[in-house]
Amino acid sequence: MLRDITLEVLRGQVVAMMGGSGSGKTTLLRAATGQLVAQAGTVEVFGQNLACADRSKIESLRQRMGVLFQQGALFTDLNVFENVAFPLREHLHMKPAKLLERVLDKLNAVGLRAAAHLKISQISGGMARRVALARAVVLEPELVLYDEPFAGLDPISMGITARLIRHLSDKLGCASVVITHDVAESFAIADQVYLVGQGVLKAHGSPATLGTSADPYVQQFLHGQADGPVAFDYPETPAFTSWLALQRGLR
Amino acid sequence: MNQISHALTQLGKQTRLKITGLGFFTRFFFTLLTRSGIVFQRPRLVSQQVHFIGNYSLLIIAVSGLFVGFVLGLQGYYTLNRYGSEEALGLLVALSLTRELGPVVTALLFAGRAGTSLTAEIGLMKAGEQLAAMEVMAVDPIRRVLVPRFWGGVIAMPILAAVFSMVGILGGWAVGVGLIGIDTGAFWSQMQASVDVWKDVANGVIKSFVFGIAVTLIALYEGWQAQPTPEGVARATTRTVVTSSLSVLGLDFLLTALMFSN
Repeated sequence: MLRDITLEVLRGQVVAMMGGSGSGKTTLLRAATGQLVAQAGTVEVFGQNLACADRSKIESLRQRMGVLFQQGALFTDLNVFENVAFPLREHLHMKPAKLLERVLDKLNAVGLRAAAHLKISQISGGMARRVALARAVVLEPELVLYDEPFAGLDPISMGITARLIRHLSDKLGCASVVITHDVAESFAIADQVYLVGQGVLKAHGSPATLGTSADPYVQQFLHGQADGPVAFDYPETPAFTSWLALQRGLR
Repeated sequence: MNQISHALTQLGKQTRLKITGLGFFTRFFFTLLTRSGIVFQRPRLVSQQVHFIGNYSLLIIAVSGLFVGFVLGLQGYYTLNRYGSEEALGLLVALSLTRELGPVVTALLFAGRAGTSLTAEIGLMKAGEQLAAMEVMAVDPIRRVLVPRFWGGVIAMPILAAVFSMVGILGGWAVGVGLIGIDTGAFWSQMQASVDVWKDVANGVIKSFVFGIAVTLIALYEGWQAQPTPEGVARATTRTVVTSSLSVLGLDFLLTALMFSN
């Protein structure tokens, strides 16, 4: 459950939403895309309250945003080119020559123009993430949401992906929200950083401000310390106690 | 007393779950129907699925049809020979296939071959977040992915049943005429004179159409409802085969009672 979190993203900004595993970052992303409905509070996208929007309104809002999924979520029955072309074919009636040009342009932006013909099974994890990135921005959205874009990438791919996010945000002038727990890469590209933990917003500000923060949670997260407000051990619950008793044959 | 209470609670819980599941299934069917406009807007999506699903099953359907025809030829001759009416073998083979075995066996094979494939495909798309990705791209996955597959299966099924019956009749002819030596003219003329296009052939086509709806719908529903894990997809695939097969046999009884009763 998330509470008391207010987050605003402006055009051209890169905002990093950080927090440990299970802190609710992806839940926030799903709320922003209308996949989850907030039980309390409001989620406004382009000034429209999602709770009051019907299906067609949500679909028109979604056409103005791009989402990069954690594992890329590429369509495995389509090749690289067709994956990037998919949103264009579904939403715009473009002439084939223009579509080809647009898709190759986006693939060029992520350095994969010459991989357009390859099957998804023929490309590496890092390349798949870049294809997904090209697909997320092919409609030139006003808002791009990135869910763990650096997870599982090698240092080179991670650096390339981070620079691409910043570059695409500057080039397209779109607002970007990067959901991540990678400190170094996100601090290098973000304008604002929001730190979420234990269901609430723990801190926010520019990377420089957060870096000098004396808050123990911020310090523990940024420096990866074992001791601090976030306990290493999972707390014991009544369910665990009764399970353990059953295992030991006491019941 | 406690055990009886527990058993009744479990029974009630299971009944409620089954009724809820049936409600979801019915709503899923109507959702597919109401979003079927894409069939006319982009018919290529459906023709691709007819080709894809049909290709999946064509070989197994044709080979099975041939062997069923062989067996019908042998068994039919054995029975008819007792009454000295072995020349009615063509009629027996044709009626058995068009009215009963063609639609039913094709539907069972279709469930095992194309149905499981559809469930696994949709389940894996769900597990790989491909359906969620479509949704956030403002592309309705039901309309774009499920509806073309549903109509593809519904169209492919009667075609496959027709192939099954046709190959089966040829198999019966090969055994009856080629192996046993029944007169080929009697084989075909008895069939031509007694098989009714509407009562026999059309009713068989209606059966295969209904089975196509049932099997494809169950396969898509199971894939759509599958837990997005390897185990969840495996369970959903198994449920597709079991539920589809039982549904086909149950529906066959109902349809036969309706169609061929006086």
